[in-house]
Amino acid sequence: MAEMNTPVNHQAEDTLPKPKSKAKEFIKKFLKRKTAVISLVFIIFLAIIAVIGPYITPYDAGTPDYMAILQGPSSAHVWGTDEFGRDVFSRLLAGTRLSLGVALSSVIIGTALGVILGVLAGYYGGLFDSIVMRCCDVLFAFPDILLAIAVVAIIGPGVINVMIAVAVFTVPSFARIMRSATLSVKGSLYVEVARSLGCKDRRILWVHIFPGTIQSMIVNFTMRVGTAILAAASLSFLGFGANVTEPDWGAMLSQSRNYLTTAPHLVLFPGLLIFLTVLAFNLLGDGLRDTLDPKLK
Amino acid sequence: MSEKLLEVKELRTEFKREKSWVTAVNDVSFSINKGEVLGLVGESGCGKSVTSLSIMRLLLDTSGKTTHGEVMFDGKDILKISEKEMRGIRGYKMAMIFQNPMSSLNPCIRVDKQLMEAILLHNKISKQEARQRAFNVLQSVGIPDPENTLRSYPHQLSGGMSQRVMIAMAMSCEPQLLIADEPTTALDVTIQAQILDLMLEIKEKRNTGILLITHDLGVVAEMCSRVIVMYAGRIVEEAPVKDLFANPVHPYTQGLIASVPKLGSNMTSLPSIPGSVPDLSVMPKGCKFAPRCKYAQSICHEKEPELTYVEGSTVQRCRCHLFHSKREEA
Amino acid sequence: MSAPLVSVKDAVKTFSVNKGFMAQKKYVHAVNDVSFDIMPGETFSLVGESGCGKSTTGRLINHLLVPDSGEVWFNGKDIAKISEKEMRPLRKDVQMIFQDPYGSLNPRMKIQDIIGEPLLIHTSMSAGERLKRVQELLEIVGLNSNHGERYPHEFSGGQLQRVGIARAMTVNPKLIIADEPVSALDVSIQAQVLNLMQQLQKDFNLTYLFISHDLSVVEMISDKIAVMYLGTIVETAPKKKLYGKPLHPYTKALLSAVPVPDPTRDKNRILLKGDLPSPVNPPSGCLFHTRCPHCTEKCKTEKPKMQVMDGDHMVKCHYPGIADKEA
Repeated sequence: MAEMNTPVNHQAEDTLPKPKSKAKEFIKKFLKRKTAVISLVFIIFLAIIAVIGPYITPYDAGTPDYMAILQGPSSAHVWGTDEFGRDVFSRLLAGTRLSLGVALSSVIIGTALGVILGVLAGYYGGLFDSIVMRCCDVLFAFPDILLAIAVVAIIGPGVINVMIAVAVFTVPSFARIMRSATLSVKGSLYVEVARSLGCKDRRILWVHIFPGTIQSMIVNFTMRVGTAILAAASLSFLGFGANVTEPDWGAMLSQSRNYLTTAPHLVLFPGLLIFLTVLAFNLLGDGLRDTLDPKLK
Repeated sequence: MSEKLLEVKELRTEFKREKSWVTAVNDVSFSINKGEVLGLVGESGCGKSVTSLSIMRLLLDTSGKTTHGEVMFDGKDILKISEKEMRGIRGYKMAMIFQNPMSSLNPCIRVDKQLMEAILLHNKISKQEARQRAFNVLQSVGIPDPENTLRSYPHQLSGGMSQRVMIAMAMSCEPQLLIADEPTTALDVTIQAQILDLMLEIKEKRNTGILLITHDLGVVAEMCSRVIVMYAGRIVEEAPVKDLFANPVHPYTQGLIASVPKLGSNMTSLPSIPGSVPDLSVMPKGCKFAPRCKYAQSICHEKEPELTYVEGSTVQRCRCHLFHSKREEA
Repeated sequence: MSAPLVSVKDAVKTFSVNKGFMAQKKYVHAVNDVSFDIMPGETFSLVGESGCGKSTTGRLINHLLVPDSGEVWFNGKDIAKISEKEMRPLRKDVQMIFQDPYGSLNPRMKIQDIIGEPLLIHTSMSAGERLKRVQELLEIVGLNSNHGERYPHEFSGGQLQRVGIARAMTVNPKLIIADEPVSALDVSIQAQVLNLMQQLQKDFNLTYLFISHDLSVVEMISDKIAVMYLGTIVETAPKKKLYGKPLHPYTKALLSAVPVPDPTRDKNRILLKGDLPSPVNPPSGCLFHTRCPHCTEKCKTEKPKMQVMDGDHMVKCHYPGIADKEA
């Protein structure tokens, strides 16, 4: 994009019109979308919890209390307790960092790699395209979770490695979606026009093609966040991720399924939180997409 | 000759635009006689295609509907009859050709199946007979090798060929009225000449009435006997073709005719109409053409003129406050 | 006489069409042996029906496509074989206007960024200087300078074509290639745009390569015209000679097929038989012989050569002017 700084030529400054700041316009337009703003506020709130969560818990998240096993919500334990008598509310607070951290960072890594590979493959085509797409085909052949297990089995267990594993199965879907989006934009007349104007490849790619594909990217990103939370949980459940006793939303959800009939609150609260998080990302994604669409006011 | 085939009275069609309804066509009245080619001219967005779709009742009720007026055809008001009855008329007594022949044919079905479907729908005859009939119509529209064409898929045909097939399909039940919506716009000039000739030939042979919708005044001059000029959903002028080109009365018609480059005229610059067509949702209050009209007076901006006969003529009508007679001004 | 700005010599461009996996490769002869010169300051038009190679020829001159063989000289330099990188600085001098005004503008960019893009690429102007130039240009092409803040979808086709013209004008090009610039527009708007293009040519001494299928528009704007058929030029002549005395039977038929908005004119059209032959299997001999009303044995077997008649009137036919002689 054009630099938005004031002109270098100081003498001519007052005669030259000043271009409007693009960032300011973007923020102004974004703020008009109420649901997206609320979602963003919720996500920021979650991020704050992720940082300070472990320090503000009413109970210690890891200490069992065998006097209060599987209790429903009460004034002592607002969201009840689990099968070891641990406070669900405290565990959810403390687990925000791990769940959100793993899910977001893995999806962001996966998205970044997938977008770069996909856009380049779509734009340049040829051998690079074939290699990238055949690699994606190989990765697609495995079920997501099996792939992640294989990756962790190779590089060893641990939180960072779970992130990498989840990122690995995020890449191919992004690469493929971005490649097809790139191909369709690449064929449009205005890209040919950009070439005829003398744009360099880099400018054509990132100024003319990439913004046209951003819609597919946002939709896929928001979908992947939910998948990633659950995948990270499954991995830690299988013993590949963080310590099983560490609080984690996904892990809490999957462990509580045995108590679905006797203590439904164990499923309800982590489930609700995951649902709200995914919903918030979805709505934020929709809002960003609409903000970036010049046809919408 | 003077037998009226189709009579449209005060037709109004509205469209749904986001949350409100906008009027795309208003107060459109005209008639077509047997064996006559009536031209409907105007720029994009003037409502000429909407008029034809309203007559054929091809608008989807959710996005557009005809809210007022009558369309008399075959002694009935076809806006009032049931959808089932309409299906019996559409394609049988009244057929349509569209602008883009390539996308009007189903790409997955062979030409013979598509043609036979149209024939079998309205006629109780055997498949063999239907195929024979399909062969005959293709031959009648000047396709050199009908058998081969019948067996091919639409993508194997050129643009001109597909338009011939479309015309053959429209003509297969020998309709009384043919509505042609920009039938040659997608075709090259040499092919356009062929198709226009073919349409005239069909008209001569079968005494079909043709409503020819086009933006090309050249095509109008060569094909039509009478012309209607539309602007912003209204008829602004109606006249026999010779009168229209010799004596255009409405300022819009004058501007339109003047702005077409004419072959062999040796002009180097063109008179043009300033501005552009108004948006349907923000129509000017008075005469719709007033904002672009160089003669506009205050009355033009306040009151919409009526479509009235031009002084001393029983065939030429014009919708203008200022010009009622031929060539008041030099 | 000055040197030509553009000179195309025997340019050939084929595209391969792959039909199936094992099938033999076939080639579409999009442009075949095309040669012409464009003088500075003139409007040179390429006319022909769809698929005749006129747009491909335009793209050869602007190096969006590279010819298989032949030379393309621009401003004293053969650009046929140079790399994209070497071409890039030259692109400043060759700008293009396209048929589809909506499609040729990036829908996600503001009008001022679209028009300012060539400045961003080819000059080192600051953002403010660019914006000033853009606003000047908007006024020159008849738009309002505050239109720059808007996006393409807020404009009508005619206005967008003005934006396209403004973008082509930003870097003071020597040549503007206009590929069917008015065929997507309504007649009243078409006249506005054509008048604007002529005005700009006068004011800024531009050279146009005008590509069109519309013979009436071409007659109005051109100085010199080349008629193309199936990838070759069949006739080249100054406007008056081509329209007054066409020598090739195809030109003659093309002219007679144009509908003229005058109902009193007598309609003796020359109707050509059949369709355009496929450019994958072009006919032998004269490419036009399958549809020519005056075809002889010689036409079927022997390729006609470009003959110069009457100074600057060139025609590729064994029997130039045959249509008039018979009549």
